[in-house]
Amino acid sequence: MERSEAELIAAVLKGDSASFEPLVEKYSPRVFATARRYARRDSEVQDIAQEVWLKAFGKLKTFRGEAPFEHWLMRMAVRTCYDFLRGHQRNRISSFSDISEPEEDWLERFVGDPGNAAADADAAKLLIDRVLERLSPEARLVIQLLEIEDRSVKEIAELTGWSVPLVKVRAFRARGEMRKILARIAKDKYL
Amino acid sequence: MKRMNLAQLEQKLTAAARLQPPDERVPYAFEKRIMAIIAERAAASGRVLWMRGFLHAAVSCLALALVCGAVSFFTPVATDNGNDLSQDFENTLLASADLPDSAP
Repeated sequence: MERSEAELIAAVLKGDSASFEPLVEKYSPRVFATARRYARRDSEVQDIAQEVWLKAFGKLKTFRGEAPFEHWLMRMAVRTCYDFLRGHQRNRISSFSDISEPEEDWLERFVGDPGNAAADADAAKLLIDRVLERLSPEARLVIQLLEIEDRSVKEIAELTGWSVPLVKVRAFRARGEMRKILARIAKDKYL
Repeated sequence: MKRMNLAQLEQKLTAAARLQPPDERVPYAFEKRIMAIIAERAAASGRVLWMRGFLHAAVSCLALALVCGAVSFFTPVATDNGNDLSQDFENTLLASADLPDSAP
């Protein structure tokens, strides 16, 4: 018979660490999906996922069971991703002179006819990745959670451990930061 | 020259990111790797506990040795041989053998 999550967690806390494996198996796809939103290289994604699970095992005593295990784990995953972003702040001040030809073509199409530039084009995906990589860790996390994942401010506050006013302030700043980066693209390419 | 509408560009790019669901693929036997690391860390933490215990014992022994050394170093040595403990011990031990010689 399959054991419930609560039973598995109770068994792990009693010292049966093997009971942790079904939890890893069940929630790893979500942990990997979260990690892939913030890290591009496979090795980095795996490092983040590994750290999330080791932290989860180490801090399992702090899980009170008031919220689902998945929520508790996702909080840990988001915070680990944020730590990763803070530790890997690279290429943030480089110019946009290195954008690829498809990206440039997409921008040309966008300038020509903004309504018809397809959002599902690969070039648009590359471009948004490039823009996100240039944001500060706080801004990237907020833009990702608020604008891309469409989460509420309250949810973001719970996930990140920041207060609601702090999330609002950071969201305001993040939008400004993103607009500055987009303006730089416009300046580099069209002015 | 055409101007770029930044607000619209932001919307388009955000929409592009939304249309890009992250990959949920998990590497083969990832859970086995995590369990192996957990087991390894548990064993290592057991070893660390033993090592810590031994280290504390070694430090305590060293401290005791230093205290004993300091006490013996700073205790004034009696110049009077009569008060020497080893001499007293020898005298006591050999008292029975010495008595017949000293008797008239």
